[in-house]
Amino acid sequence: MNRFIGFLRKEFYHIFRDKRSMLILFGMPIVQIMLFGYVISTDLKDIKMAVLDHSKDEYSAEIINKITSSGYFSLTDNLKSVKEADAVFKKGDVKLILVFEPDFGAKLIKNTRANIQILTDATDPNMANLEVNYLQGILQNYNVEINSDKKAPFSIQPKTRMYFNSNLESVFMFIPGIMATILMLVSAMMTSISIAREKELGTMEVLLVSPLNPLQIILGKVTPYLALSFINALVIIGMGYFIFGVPILGSFTLLMTETILFIFLALSIGIFISTISKNQQVAMMLSMFGLMLPTIILSGFIFPIRNMPLPLQIISDLIPPKWFIVILKNIMLKGVGIEYVWKETLILIAMTMGFIGLSLKKFKIRLE
Amino acid sequence: MNSKQKVIRVKNMYKKFGEFTANDDLSFEIEAGEIFGFLGANGAGKTTAIKILCGLSYPTSGEINVAGFDVYTERESVKRNIGYMSQKFSLYEDLTVFENIRFYGGIYGLSKSEINFKANDLLKKLDLEHARDKRISALPLGWKQKLAFSVAIFHDPKIVFLDEPTGGVDPVTRRQFWDLIYDAARAGITVFVTTHYMDEAEYCDRVSIMVDGKIEALNTPEKLKEQFHADDMDQVFLSLARKATNVE
Repeated sequence: MNRFIGFLRKEFYHIFRDKRSMLILFGMPIVQIMLFGYVISTDLKDIKMAVLDHSKDEYSAEIINKITSSGYFSLTDNLKSVKEADAVFKKGDVKLILVFEPDFGAKLIKNTRANIQILTDATDPNMANLEVNYLQGILQNYNVEINSDKKAPFSIQPKTRMYFNSNLESVFMFIPGIMATILMLVSAMMTSISIAREKELGTMEVLLVSPLNPLQIILGKVTPYLALSFINALVIIGMGYFIFGVPILGSFTLLMTETILFIFLALSIGIFISTISKNQQVAMMLSMFGLMLPTIILSGFIFPIRNMPLPLQIISDLIPPKWFIVILKNIMLKGVGIEYVWKETLILIAMTMGFIGLSLKKFKIRLE
Repeated sequence: MNSKQKVIRVKNMYKKFGEFTANDDLSFEIEAGEIFGFLGANGAGKTTAIKILCGLSYPTSGEINVAGFDVYTERESVKRNIGYMSQKFSLYEDLTVFENIRFYGGIYGLSKSEINFKANDLLKKLDLEHARDKRISALPLGWKQKLAFSVAIFHDPKIVFLDEPTGGVDPVTRRQFWDLIYDAARAGITVFVTTHYMDEAEYCDRVSIMVDGKIEALNTPEKLKEQFHADDMDQVFLSLARKATNVE
């Protein structure tokens, strides 16, 4: 036991004396949460809008008022002719132009029909889509409002409610993703680099010649990262909960158990990477391109999996963070118990055992 | 030599990787306190043999006894009784001198007081007391090498394996390093050393030369020179190594 403590102490010295490690361990999670929470937001807020009002009557004024008071859009320009539209979009600030046809109000009352044209800057197609949807929603509401005293013969009124994230806060989606990314980074990448470093420096040989057995060496290398990853997970969930109000509706114990399971999986991947890489450089490259990129791109963290082409969807099934993110979202946002995430949990367990098995096999071949 | 006790006994050791035979019927014995030079060109099978003797890999067949223990069945005891130092010196650059000593002492199961006591002794002997709390990265190469050797024998092993310990060091430092090796041998530690420097082969009590996985010569440097009608070990080595077929 004393030996093991001595080993752990040495590992912690390595970590705490290396500025890069410290930065990844403690700077990265906080920076990522801040970035995703505040900067990279897909929520609509104060979208700059211009109006070309050919009619200028009380109805058009009321509609403009409704739109700007929603908080999603702010009126910046009043255009005089549709010819200006091109120039306004090219300048870049205005993303949306609302055009009222001449005699808008009169047509609305007399003919019961009037047209509004929406022009958008679709250089960012997702945002353009979102803006149009929001705008249509507001117009739809207004429609209902002006018809409230009359009896429309047949009319379907959809009443929407967004389950599990009623305000559509994008940070709800990012916290699970950041958890998966950071835990991969700390557990898998840093472990693999730290083991590869011992190989590169020749100290691994000395450790193997010593009375420590290989299992003790691996445990000694892995335990500090297990502890630090766990602390990181707590920090991320804590920041999500207290700063951004991301709920934890399900059982906290289950959440933490799943997190530890995922950390074990990431550690076993890290060990596996270190068995196939000769030095730190290789370990780093393998972790970056084999783990970090797929985690960010294919895990459903940022891009929805169901929109990917089928081959990529199949690949995404092989990516461990995908399952972890599903588990996290289910527990945190839907508040479900193990009965809804047991399949994903089993997949994580199977993957962990797979990587440990592969590493052992690799290791035995080396000893032969 | 203090005693005639054999600390390494190797009989008919084979190591095969598929069709390739890295160690072909090696047999030799080493006495306690002996400085044994293990020579051979790259690819001759030295590293493979050392790995087996250190318990890092299993032989294909043969009887091998290290420090009184069988390498098949008593690996743990073998490991407890040997020390190892490689060309890379194997100290942690980001730890201080004392932290390195404490770590290596610790993994061999020495107690805290033992470590403190012996560390002070060692630092005094190496004249490194002032550098006790300095990081290894700040030390010159010669000091690192001496410290690495001292750390390798810190737990008083019966045998210490040195795998090209003097690579990349200047002649003066190398000479000083050999003084340390002599000290260790006088204290009864058997030294098993591989080297590329033929002048160092002269410092050994006995030398074996491996060619293509076989030991082609094994004797004291004097006898070997006589046997091959050579002026120095360089010529002995060259006349043997010329026969090699699988030099890298």
